[in-house]
Amino acid sequence: MSSGTPAVVVDRLTKRFDEFTAVDGITLTIGRGEVVGFIGPNGAGKSTTLRMLCGLLTPTAGQATVAGYDVAREPEKVRQNIGYMSQKFSLYGDLTVRENLRFFAGIYRVRREDLGSRMDFAIRMAGLEGREDVQVTTLAGGWKQRLALGCAILHRPPILFLDEPTSGVEPEARRRFWDLIHDLAADGVTILVSTHYMDEAEYCNRIALINQGRLIALGTPRELKGSRLGGQLVEIACAPLGKALARMSAAPGVLDAAIFGDKLHVVMAEGGLDLAGLRQALADGGIQVGEARAVRPSLEDVFVRIVTRKQDAPGAAA
Amino acid sequence: MYERIAVMLMKEFLQLKRDRWAKFRLVVPLLIQMLVFGYAATFTVHHVATTVLDLDRSQASRALVSHFVASSRFQVVDWAQNQAQVTRDINEGRAVIAIVIHAGFAKDLENGQQAPLQVIVDGTNSNTALIALSYISQIVGLFSQDQAPAMLRTAASAAVPAVSISLEPRPWFNDDLNERWFFIPGVIGTITLLQVVSLTAFAVVREREVGTLEQIMVSPIRPVEFILGKTVPFFLIGLGDVALVSAFGILWFRVPFIGSPLVMFAGTVLFLLAAVSLGLLLSTFSRTQQQAFALNFFFVNPLFILSGFAFPIAAMPAWLQGVTVVNPLRYFLVVIRAVFLKGVGFPALWPDLGAMALLASVMLAASILRFHKSLD
Ligand SMILES: Nc1ncnc2c1ncn2[C@@H]1O[C@H](COP(=O)(O)OP(=O)(O)O)[C@@H](O)[C@H]1O
Ligand SMILES: [Mg+2]
Repeated sequence: MSSGTPAVVVDRLTKRFDEFTAVDGITLTIGRGEVVGFIGPNGAGKSTTLRMLCGLLTPTAGQATVAGYDVAREPEKVRQNIGYMSQKFSLYGDLTVRENLRFFAGIYRVRREDLGSRMDFAIRMAGLEGREDVQVTTLAGGWKQRLALGCAILHRPPILFLDEPTSGVEPEARRRFWDLIHDLAADGVTILVSTHYMDEAEYCNRIALINQGRLIALGTPRELKGSRLGGQLVEIACAPLGKALARMSAAPGVLDAAIFGDKLHVVMAEGGLDLAGLRQALADGGIQVGEARAVRPSLEDVFVRIVTRKQDAPGAAA
Repeated sequence: MYERIAVMLMKEFLQLKRDRWAKFRLVVPLLIQMLVFGYAATFTVHHVATTVLDLDRSQASRALVSHFVASSRFQVVDWAQNQAQVTRDINEGRAVIAIVIHAGFAKDLENGQQAPLQVIVDGTNSNTALIALSYISQIVGLFSQDQAPAMLRTAASAAVPAVSISLEPRPWFNDDLNERWFFIPGVIGTITLLQVVSLTAFAVVREREVGTLEQIMVSPIRPVEFILGKTVPFFLIGLGDVALVSAFGILWFRVPFIGSPLVMFAGTVLFLLAAVSLGLLLSTFSRTQQQAFALNFFFVNPLFILSGFAFPIAAMPAWLQGVTVVNPLRYFLVVIRAVFLKGVGFPALWPDLGAMALLASVMLAASILRFHKSLD
């Protein structure tokens, strides 16, 4: 792969299962060494997209090149250049750490003289020194996940596709995993990683938000948070939430309202209601209002905002 | 290529080694089935309850009856006085067989005429009936040699429920009618097939279910490498099975092994190729272990019924006989029985060996075609 070509080029990529469209015309370009987060709820089409990029699923329409090779026409060339961690846990539980590494090294034909150093590297990376001969089933989730990553990079692929590598892992282990991702990126590895944890978006250079098979937003975390809301975000503690939501959705100057945990998040247009007016509107509806304050939007706010706007105006551009 | 196959094999055997139950699962059912078939399911019958009605009361008739009394195959439970008593014995289940010697038996023998002997058989258990009849024809045969030049003719008539009995000569290659000898080679083929097909199918499907298959498919491994890595272990296990069970049959049950080990080996190799290919093919149709189990149940169990193991293929309806043509077990049973009991070699067995080779290649090709490295 020459340094000029982008690592991954996705062009109107589409996958239909019978009538159902799982991935709907996604377009995206990923440069070398970038960490791109693929973020969206379950069923958004993240895994399906990653599988197409690995050559495991044939695109119904559109195309994609990975490391310069077309995924549909030259899947074997693509496979030489990628590492992949599938969403399911994918090591042999009844084999030891070292046996798993040896297996995947063999499958990828890591050269004999490199074998020792690559395996040691993977063991160190996973933090499994001294536990090389432990059966993988006995390891806790975080270690398994890091070992799976170790197995996926034994052959030093320039591009990595990681499908929800941190799901079901405790927060500390998730953070360590992201450290590894950044270490790899620092070495020039391109990484496309899917997650449904919105907070992990902050770790990515760029985020692709996807929902119902469509790419609904693409940009750096800062860009997305700064520009996408279109108004001031206010967090209100109030009860009952359902009634408050209904009232706020109908209120003048309110762009969007959504429940976030036990609070209400409201996006207010410039020149609409102010905080006092907002409280008043809620109180008039017989709703108990606690604290209300302007907050910085999280990516989740952005996501919800974009999704609702899409549903209001179908076909609108991201 | 060899590197990848080597690590696949290593992995497969490590997993087998780790699986404490595997050793049990691999060997114990094999030996149990062998013992069950060896002892319980043979068609050899002893002490068949017999009633005798001797209306001739001659020296010749007593000599014939004494042959039956002397044989451990028959146990005379009643000396009937008349036909009515014979009918009662059979109807009430006291006797399975009635031997009726009509008056004039000795005179017919003396005159060199055919002397009719009536045999009544309770056909409820047609297997026992057939076997008992074949013993009777043996005994009568011996007797008529003794009585030469007199001739005997046996006329068989069946009791309730009526079956038409014809004393077909069956091509036993053991004079003692030792069905154990007939069965054990069949058992070897049958249990090896069941084991090898399900092991292969489940080995692939388990990886599909766990998710490791997806991880392997995304690597540059070639389908043929994966398939070899996945089938060679079970092929080897199958060879071990055949060796173990054959040794058991020969040493424990004293089944003769007349033929050439080379023919046996060739037949076994082709048969196992067909078995692993079938397992592989089934695995390409199953997403989950349940599906694999169901397929195994519906496709492999009938192979056993349709193999000629217990039910002669020639006795099946024509369309079912047609189905048996694609059954590798059918051919292997011919080969293994022929090698064990008849000592027949390649010249006689090439059609069966060829059929197995053909089946193996077709199924293997089909599974390679179906196992493209994709999830679509
Ligand atoms: N092989 C398949 N056949 C039919 N539908 C599928 C298949 N794979 C995925 N889907 C559907 O496509 C949608 C997207 O799935 P997926 O890509 O796994 O989402 P995500 O990874 O974002 O959770 C889901 O609704 C899922 O049910
Ligand atoms: Mg997914």
